[in-house]
Amino acid sequence: MQKEYTISVFSEDMVGLLSRIVTVFTRRHINIESLVTSESSMKGIYRFIVVVTVNEAMVEHLVKQIEKQVDVLKAFHYENDEIVYQEVALYKVPTAIFLKGNHVETVVRAHNARILDIEEDYIVIEKTGHKSQTEALLRELEQIGIYEFTRSGRVAISKHHEPLNQYLKEVEAEVAQ
Amino acid sequence: MKVQHKADIAKNGQAAKSDKPLKTERIKGAEAVVKCLIAEGIKTIYGYPGGAIMPTYDAMYHYQDELQHILARHEQGAIHAAEGHARVTRETAACIATSGPGALNLATGIADAYLDSVPLVCITGQVFSGVLGTDAFQETDVIGCTMSITKWNYQITKPEEIPSVFAKAFYIANTGRPGPVVIDITKDAQNGLLDFHYEKMTNIRTYHPRLKAKKSALEKAAELINKAKKPFILAGHGIQIARAEKVFTAFIEKTGIPIGCTIHGLGTIPNDHKLHTGMLGMHGNYGPNIKTNECDVLIAIGMRFDDRVTGNLEKYAKQATVIHIEIDPSEVNKNVFAHVPIIADAKDALTQLLPMVKKRKHTKWLAEFRAADKIEYEKVIKRDCGPSPEGEIRMGQVMKEVSDQTKGQAIVATDVGQHQMIAARYYKYNTTNSWVSSGGAGTMGYGLPAAFGAKFADPKREVICVCGDGGFQMTIQELGLCAQWNVGVKILLLDNNFLGMVRQWQQLFFDRRYSSVELVNPNFVMIAEGFGVKAKEVSDPKKLKQAIKEMLAHDGPYLLHVRVEKEENVFPMVPSGAGIGDIRLE
Ligand SMILES: Cc1ncc(C[n+]2csc(CCOP(=O)(O)OP(=O)(O)O)c2C)c(N)n1
Repeated sequence: MQKEYTISVFSEDMVGLLSRIVTVFTRRHINIESLVTSESSMKGIYRFIVVVTVNEAMVEHLVKQIEKQVDVLKAFHYENDEIVYQEVALYKVPTAIFLKGNHVETVVRAHNARILDIEEDYIVIEKTGHKSQTEALLRELEQIGIYEFTRSGRVAISKHHEPLNQYLKEVEAEVAQ
Repeated sequence: MKVQHKADIAKNGQAAKSDKPLKTERIKGAEAVVKCLIAEGIKTIYGYPGGAIMPTYDAMYHYQDELQHILARHEQGAIHAAEGHARVTRETAACIATSGPGALNLATGIADAYLDSVPLVCITGQVFSGVLGTDAFQETDVIGCTMSITKWNYQITKPEEIPSVFAKAFYIANTGRPGPVVIDITKDAQNGLLDFHYEKMTNIRTYHPRLKAKKSALEKAAELINKAKKPFILAGHGIQIARAEKVFTAFIEKTGIPIGCTIHGLGTIPNDHKLHTGMLGMHGNYGPNIKTNECDVLIAIGMRFDDRVTGNLEKYAKQATVIHIEIDPSEVNKNVFAHVPIIADAKDALTQLLPMVKKRKHTKWLAEFRAADKIEYEKVIKRDCGPSPEGEIRMGQVMKEVSDQTKGQAIVATDVGQHQMIAARYYKYNTTNSWVSSGGAGTMGYGLPAAFGAKFADPKREVICVCGDGGFQMTIQELGLCAQWNVGVKILLLDNNFLGMVRQWQQLFFDRRYSSVELVNPNFVMIAEGFGVKAKEVSDPKKLKQAIKEMLAHDGPYLLHVRVEKEENVFPMVPSGAGIGDIRLE
């Protein structure tokens, strides 16, 4: 059964590693729905967060292929209920629509969005949330009139306690053996 | 992503600790490259020069006594020679080429080494770092191009990176599951100066290649093995890579379990060992194929369930409980589900398992394999090892004869096609590290240069190169290598005037529509002689024995051009898409 999985990869900060990781997906014709790279809480360790929709056997295979890369420390995969995750969306709308009554303001409030920037001809709205939530706001703004829309990739943190540290301890124990 | 701090690389991997004060010397990057190779024990490097790698070639000029460069006639020849070298020594081999076309000519060999787990360090020159990305003369993105066919690759743009990157590359190439690494090095990094100091790498924090077998998994495996009624072992390349032949032999002799080997598992134990049942896979033996689908416990060691071994996965060993001993975690549960996965080096796992298993015999079960052998002998082998009714030599006959005359002690290096399968089937491999062939990639053109590398690395052993008339012409220029170095490779050119393996498929699956498979061949004897390689032609089955005798007696390289039956087919055969149980004997 196909499901949305979030893969979290910890690695060295190496040029070219992103390509190596992406190749693991493209070789199998798997669409990357979202990809975010950032630092991690460990010094010098980088982090990739990838979202894909595949079956369980495939996600396990992908994780092993990623871990096979020499400069990857460890990769984990999660179902949506095992993580806390967010995405950020920005919406550019004409300033004029705000002037036509308070409908837009109500929409912004209802969606817990906020206004980032106000210019003479456009306003930028920001909304943080799950994809379904940023999408819901998009649908409403589309009806009113919108210039531009963009959404970030997913950032996610697992609910389990520090899986990476646990892994590092295991490795240390093994090396010491 | 921010640009990497190149100097960090040394920190990511740790060098061996030493108490001696750090002594450095100020030298050029190019000289450092040579010194790194020497420090890693490389005595021979196969390659081809060109603009972007010239500083390193100049440095090699000064170290000829310590590092011998073998100039191939094509970069593909150089890398296959390095593969042959690594295959028989199980040590990392090195090759070197210039940027652009030079590097890309290595690509086939890199992919080949990746699929067959061959440890290589490949060095490619690169344009000056200042013009990277500008389509400079002979610039190609070697790192990008080789990303998916290397275990690791890295572009050096500063001379001070050289020692740590080489140390890391050598460590990666031959630990865990071996494989090729590429170091791309810009011309300015070769020209620039650094304070050179070399230490081998012993640890990389993101890479843990020597995973120890988990006790719980071993216990489960031992219990299954001790209770099994019809256990069967699949012996893969990993056993020889781990140099685990001895403990493997002890293990099978104690447990009494019959074994089938993958193509790269040939030679793990002698062919005539009582527990050896033959080769697995598409053109393997009848017994091990059908019995895979009848065993109760299947123990796969150092193998990856390649599709040429398994055939249709839906019909593969569904009845069996599978124990999979494998060093590469990504191979476990990839194609075949493992009930008991043991992620470990074969030697480590078998050494631990040995005292846990009971001494047993499986006489009746083994007899079933022997019964299958009889069927195969009557239907296939007897026929294959004699001449055709029209009085033509058959490939099987050649391989059997050369096997008898060399007592199964030679290294057999093959090209790709029908002759390769026949060489795998009818040579009796009685020693380890004797099979040099392109399995995973099936690279035509591999045979001759790989045979050269094998013989160069291990000159005391007889090396037989078995080629088809198609593949031989893909790297025929390397006859020049054999002649120049007087390396006594014995070439058996099995000439059926066809791209035989493709013709066989066209006959069986495309209603005999022979589309572009018939060859118009040159006079091979004349060509060999032109290179300075002694050669002879034979087409009469009665003269074959003598011809092979002469070939083996000759001191130096030799080409025996054998004209064989034109439309011979290789059987048994598991047609593609079929299950191994549906193996065809005719
Ligand atoms: C580089 C490359 N190109 C094409 C193929 C496909 N192929 C596999 S076997 C074969 C025929 C080989 O013919 P030959 O060398 O004469 O050997 P034979 O099968 O006749 O023994 C071909 C074309 C290949 N394996 N490698």
